Amino acid sequence: MLVHSRTGRWTAWAGFAVLFVPLFALPLLVIVAASFSTHWSGAFPSGPTTAHYTAAVRGESLQALTTSLVTAVTASVVALTVGTWAALAAAALRKRGRRVLDALFMLPVAVPSVVVGLAVLVAFSQPPVLLNGTRWIVILAHTVLVTAFAYQSVSAALLRLDPMYEQAAASLGARPAYVLLRVKLPLLLPSLNAAAGLCFALSMGELSATMMLYPPDWTPLPVLIFTATDRGSLFTGSALAVVLMTATLLALLAVSRIRTKASYR
Amino acid sequence: MTSGIRFDGVTVTYGNTTVLDSLDLTVEPGEVMALLGPSGSGKTTALRTVAGFVRPASGRVLIGDRDVTALPPYRRGIGMVVQQYALFPHLRVDANVAFGLKAQKAPKAEIPGRVTEALEMTGMAAYARRYPRELSGGQQQRVAIARALAIRPRVLLLDEPLSALDAQLRSGMLAELARLHRELPDVSILYVTHDQVEALTLADRIAVMDKARLQDCGTPQDLYRRPRTEFTASFVGNANLLPVTVTTDGVAFEGTRLEVAASEAAPGAGATLCVRPHLVGLGPGPNALSGRISEVQWRGSTHRLYVDVGGHRVKADVRELRETPALGAEVTLHFAPEDGVLLGAGVTDG
Repeated sequence: MLVHSRTGRWTAWAGFAVLFVPLFALPLLVIVAASFSTHWSGAFPSGPTTAHYTAAVRGESLQALTTSLVTAVTASVVALTVGTWAALAAAALRKRGRRVLDALFMLPVAVPSVVVGLAVLVAFSQPPVLLNGTRWIVILAHTVLVTAFAYQSVSAALLRLDPMYEQAAASLGARPAYVLLRVKLPLLLPSLNAAAGLCFALSMGELSATMMLYPPDWTPLPVLIFTATDRGSLFTGSALAVVLMTATLLALLAVSRIRTKASYR
Repeated sequence: MTSGIRFDGVTVTYGNTTVLDSLDLTVEPGEVMALLGPSGSGKTTALRTVAGFVRPASGRVLIGDRDVTALPPYRRGIGMVVQQYALFPHLRVDANVAFGLKAQKAPKAEIPGRVTEALEMTGMAAYARRYPRELSGGQQQRVAIARALAIRPRVLLLDEPLSALDAQLRSGMLAELARLHRELPDVSILYVTHDQVEALTLADRIAVMDKARLQDCGTPQDLYRRPRTEFTASFVGNANLLPVTVTTDGVAFEGTRLEVAASEAAPGAGATLCVRPHLVGLGPGPNALSGRISEVQWRGSTHRLYVDVGGHRVKADVRELRETPALGAEVTLHFAPEDGVLLGAGVTDG
């Protein structure tokens, strides 16, 4: 530990509490409090109820949660596959080719997601590839947005991967495909795990690009939260937000529980 | 199928730097050849051209009588062991050893038997279900050797296999490697090392490398007793290298006439005389040299004396002396004529 004295440690904790609690924890607690109330006129909410939750887990809301989950899982899986593939390809390229790929995959991060949403909308509103009005345009936009993160985390992990494992495998007579499947991917698994969690969380919370693209039958949860609060149903929106938060946290927790043998190194 | 290795004018360059300069070397089937040299001498690069991880700019590499220069590593049928073990951390010991067999699609029924056999050969059968991280360095290296042997390679490449181990383990593993080679007399071994003791102990022949070039090649005894270059003399064992002038009946060193082993050098030419420190005796005798002691080191069973003879430092390793000689004392050293070797390098340069 960096701070050795007892008082020093307490001071550090106190500083952490003063800075962290108001900034990170309190707003979330406020949402949780609001989700259980019917009025909030004074300093504290009043009229405790669970009605918002009863509404939040059925009908339109449940539909939205499923939509969000399906979108996030699909986008993450595709992003992870494409991102890993691209990262592996980039690692095999020479310096210049690698730089081109790096820049290409930086684009969705560097460009505001509203712009990405608009670009996808404009690009796929005309034949031959007409996706506008279908769920696929939402999933596509999410995939484009999160692939960049998958690419970057796998690239970084590949750089750290010692080439001696690959060479040892090759010297034992393993073809490149076998090496990839039996050595490289298992060793990359911890990073793939982390990347999957990141992609999933980003997609679950994506709003700006989704707002421009979602068709009526494919409304992800963040959109529903936005429209609810926009209408003034602050407490319903809060309950939905808590559901979104909980679902995302649970999924992340599940992903992080996947312990891989390689992570014991 | 024969198992030797042949380097045929192999040159490797990185950009403008030549890291291996037209290497010609043959490792006979069943022979242990040590590539000995300091770091940056090109020895590891030479090994990696055999493994297929480095493409020569020119020249050919042959395994047996097959040109493998253009073959990818996985088609070469080599076993390789590196300094950092490179065991797959996500696989248990037995799966590590089975890796090559599975990759080469060996018959399924055969695999467990061959894994056990390889692990028994290196004394690691009891650790089959462990993960590499649960083993010590020496144990990991044994598993790495078992993994390389399991595929029954024709050629075994060992790249500084003992460098990561401590001194005691290293000498044990050296004996182990020697025993393994006796059990596998058909396998050719290319052994890269910077440690002369490993090379002298294990190798049938030693190829001495320096500055991307092969400097010398011969049996350990040959290189030790009759080194041909100053580099070999100083890198393989310790050596006194004295500048001398060839005369009609021996050599002249700082005005003293010395008798040495026969040489073809022409009288009048300059040359370098190599005498091993442990062959230099204290006291009068043939080829006597007198000088002052400039330093004394006690090494347990021996004393190392540094004696200043006419401005040159001569090292002598003598059996432990009852009384430690005083610094600055006048002493006489001697060596037998047959222990003085004239090196070629200086002779031709004149």
